[in-house]
Amino acid sequence: MKKFSKTLALALALVLCVGLLAACGETGTQGGQQTQTPETPDDEGAAAVVIKIGGTGPLTGGAAIYGNAVKNAAEIAVEEINALDGIHFELKFEDDQHDAEKAVNAYNTLKDWGMQISLGSVTSKPCEATSAETYADRIFALTPSASSTAVIELDATADPITYKDNQFQMCFTDPNQGSASAQYIFDKGLASKVAVIWKNDDVYSQGIYNTFVTRAAELGLEVVSDTTFNDDNAADFSVQIADAQSKGAELVFLPMYYEPAALIFNQAKAAGYAPAWFGVDGMDGILTLEGFDTALAEGVYLLTPFNADSTDARTVAFVEKYQARYGDIPNQFAADAYDCVYAYYQACTAAGVTADMSAEAVCEAMIEQFTTMSYDGLTGDGMTWDVTGAVTKSPKGMVIQNGAYVGLD
Amino acid sequence: MKKLLSNRNLRSQILTYGFVIAAFVVLQLVAAGGGMSSSLKGMLVPICAYVVMAISLNLTVGVLGELSLGHAGFMSVGAFMGVTAAISLQNAVPAPGLRLLIALLVGAVFAAVVGFLVGIPVLRLKGDYLAIVTLAFGQIIKSIFNNLYIGLDARGFHVSLLQDRTNLEQGGRLILGGPMGISGIQKISTFLAGVILILVCLFVIFNYVNSRTGRAVMALRDNRIAAESIGISATRHKMTAFVLSAAMAGAAGALFALNYSTVVANKFDFNTSILVLVFVVLGGLGNMFGSILAATALTILPEVLREFQDYRMLIYAVVLILVMLGTNNAKLKSLFEKLRPRRREEQS
Amino acid sequence: MNFLNFLISGVSLGSVYAIIALGYTMVYGIAKMLNFAHGDVIMVGAYVCFFAISRYSLPPLLGVLLAVLLCTVLGIVIEKLAYKPLRAAPSLAVLITAIGVSYFLQNAAQLLWTSNPKVFPSFLDFGETGGIELFGGQLRVSYITIVTIAACVVIMLALTAFTGNTKMGKAMRACSEDKGAAQLMGINVNTTISVTFAIGSGLAAIAGVLLCSAYPTLVPTTGSMPGIKAFTAAVFGGIGSIPGAFLGGLLLGVIEILAKAYISTQLSDAIVFAVLIVVLLIKPTGLLGKPVNEKV
Repeated sequence: MKKFSKTLALALALVLCVGLLAACGETGTQGGQQTQTPETPDDEGAAAVVIKIGGTGPLTGGAAIYGNAVKNAAEIAVEEINALDGIHFELKFEDDQHDAEKAVNAYNTLKDWGMQISLGSVTSKPCEATSAETYADRIFALTPSASSTAVIELDATADPITYKDNQFQMCFTDPNQGSASAQYIFDKGLASKVAVIWKNDDVYSQGIYNTFVTRAAELGLEVVSDTTFNDDNAADFSVQIADAQSKGAELVFLPMYYEPAALIFNQAKAAGYAPAWFGVDGMDGILTLEGFDTALAEGVYLLTPFNADSTDARTVAFVEKYQARYGDIPNQFAADAYDCVYAYYQACTAAGVTADMSAEAVCEAMIEQFTTMSYDGLTGDGMTWDVTGAVTKSPKGMVIQNGAYVGLD
Repeated sequence: MKKLLSNRNLRSQILTYGFVIAAFVVLQLVAAGGGMSSSLKGMLVPICAYVVMAISLNLTVGVLGELSLGHAGFMSVGAFMGVTAAISLQNAVPAPGLRLLIALLVGAVFAAVVGFLVGIPVLRLKGDYLAIVTLAFGQIIKSIFNNLYIGLDARGFHVSLLQDRTNLEQGGRLILGGPMGISGIQKISTFLAGVILILVCLFVIFNYVNSRTGRAVMALRDNRIAAESIGISATRHKMTAFVLSAAMAGAAGALFALNYSTVVANKFDFNTSILVLVFVVLGGLGNMFGSILAATALTILPEVLREFQDYRMLIYAVVLILVMLGTNNAKLKSLFEKLRPRRREEQS
Repeated sequence: MNFLNFLISGVSLGSVYAIIALGYTMVYGIAKMLNFAHGDVIMVGAYVCFFAISRYSLPPLLGVLLAVLLCTVLGIVIEKLAYKPLRAAPSLAVLITAIGVSYFLQNAAQLLWTSNPKVFPSFLDFGETGGIELFGGQLRVSYITIVTIAACVVIMLALTAFTGNTKMGKAMRACSEDKGAAQLMGINVNTTISVTFAIGSGLAAIAGVLLCSAYPTLVPTTGSMPGIKAFTAAVFGGIGSIPGAFLGGLLLGVIEILAKAYISTQLSDAIVFAVLIVVLLIKPTGLLGKPVNEKV
């Protein structure tokens, strides 16, 4: 009896759910009433060209910080563009909880809404899954931050490797960062004995680690200590630090995001270990971590395309606006997202994209634009893309001095 | 009385099969008519996979009566092995349907083997200690897949742990790359295959529950000492249910993984195990039909809640709590009972 | 010397697990429910303390007290709204509700305090080195570790005395043995379980402060993994056994660090759990758990 009443309750709930979902789908196809950009200015009564941009990223869960940074920055960019004459954007950003399955669900929701161009997904694995969908559906995607090569690769086993023609990245690919870091360390003579601490359940970290180790071996840098951590034991780094210390590493390479790095700096200081530290673009954000003692990060080298302390006028304006609205200082995820929207603005304007164009037609126009244009943004000047979809921009070497980035070059 | 009982069992079985088939037909018709949103279309296969997960865990928790907190581990074994099989047969077996079938079988077999190995220590323990050991195995399996490298070239398979030492020849393919998981999967899972898998699993479970072994397992669940005293071997019978449950989870894993272009070990973590347990408890222990409904409803729910944007997961949590409170509320229960007076007579 | 250093790191990590496990075992042993929201109450406690000290510049001790107070209230409210109506329901139903509460707390925390990480203030880092150095600096024990272990021991003794001697404590033990019989003896089972939750949540706040003092990054998911590890530790030590939770926590930390140091950092989790399985096979009711004889 108990079973039955429960089953009935569940069945009711299910019917309700499916009904709601069907209803959602309908309103979606009729033109998407839930939009996140507040209003389109009704200047001169003429209907402005409004292009629908969609994107997915982790807005909840452990990786929520990256998704929210992208969403916030993209909103700012869209708002700025909509205040101008010309092409306007309508942005819808869906939560994927840093999970491939949820990302595909989120992507499908966006498709129902009528998305014309996509910001892909924020993190690598979900973006790999959605890129297979956008490729099949012929929707152009430019991801701000999903940096693994699998995002843009179509068939990695083919010789030569084939690429998805409509998937582009605003960030460096992971292998690119790994070898650039090794090269940088070698060129600047920062160390000859190197330790690496990487996160072995993370695509981003492993991608950088792999090419770093390969490139280091070619250059004659000696990797004396090679240790890992993962999500489940990202609190205590005493063993990793002791290993690097006892093997005499002069520099520790940290291909990871800044939260574990903050713990590593803290614990290394307690252990009395003071090597040179070298981070990648995920390290950006450490200085603005609330409550972080920036003295711990003194002398840390990092390769990053973005610097929130830059005096460049566009960066200053962006940082101010972001901080005023969201209370935090934007990191490189935010900067990449801001650049993505402006790159779309440039490309759409140049291609003369109109609101009634199908996603497929927009896709063809975007492929043509992105493979030929050059774009100046917050994360670099003169960015170009080749047919693989990877961006060409030069990482900037930075060192942290007195709690601020200082350019190395 | 006995006849009535078997009749009722039969009726609920037919109802369950009928519901699955009817749902399939209706959804196919809606899809053919072009009335289905991409959002729902994209969820059909994962719903099937979660339904299979739920009914297979229900076999362990509901029928066998042991709490398992590591069921996603078996799903993960099935996913990785099934996908590996599908990728290696990409050229040898061009028909996607057949390749999917082989992948599901490979996934099920590997998961069954792991289930057997896990079952040896697990089934010697009791209650919460058993639960914690299944949790431990779930973590161990995740940890192993995060460090496992499988490559395939002309010389065959190469497997290595911790580091990529596969040394593949020219033209070889690194299938599983440790933390990178598997990339570039051809998506061959279909809704039809998912529904067939559900029906097959239901058939197996219903027959198992009514078999000699199944009845022995339920006797052990209800009173182990009494059952053992009449000569029922606890370990052997429990093992069959446990292995069967693992095999189904393996097949579900393969179905799930072959629906996406990529899969990573972290997908099958503790949270996924718990999610499947939520399906089972919400649907009712031992109630397969309930599991099907609960898995479907709870997979769709977060998508329905998308319009609440930032508050989506908060509302999901509240709904989950309210549903648990509601389904266990004495007043509501009696209300439902009044709706079906005929049933009450049968019960008594 | 290296080994001793690793041992000390293991004890520091273990002491954090232990203090969480104490709260866990309290609720788990008496209410017989897996309170998966415990880790998230820890997170809330840490946030409260963080805001009190860093944003509102209250003295640390006051911040900790505030955290304990708020978490106790939170625990009582959660218990009242989500667990109490399910007193008669099967324990698995309560488990699912606890998971719902856990999701709720995590998402509410994210909405309230954003997903941006916060660095917990290091008010337990006294002096220049933040610890005691032995053998000319070769060995170092941080003050946080000492405070955590001291707190563990104090809490352990207090809990043992409380459950052993006070009326309420005895009622708790009775409820843990047999709720029905306890009720027949005139014990108010409902109130007893509510009090257990209140104490457990108060302990969670202290655990949160110590966890974040030792590993100072604070995000809305901070509590979940340590929560699972502490749950493992509580079972490892024997369900419901207060010294068992302490021992289980310490051992779990030491095994984790030694596995990382001497076997592999990549497989340390697998090794920790493998040890757990082996121990449970040898001692099926945990390290200090009482074997229960079944009556026919």
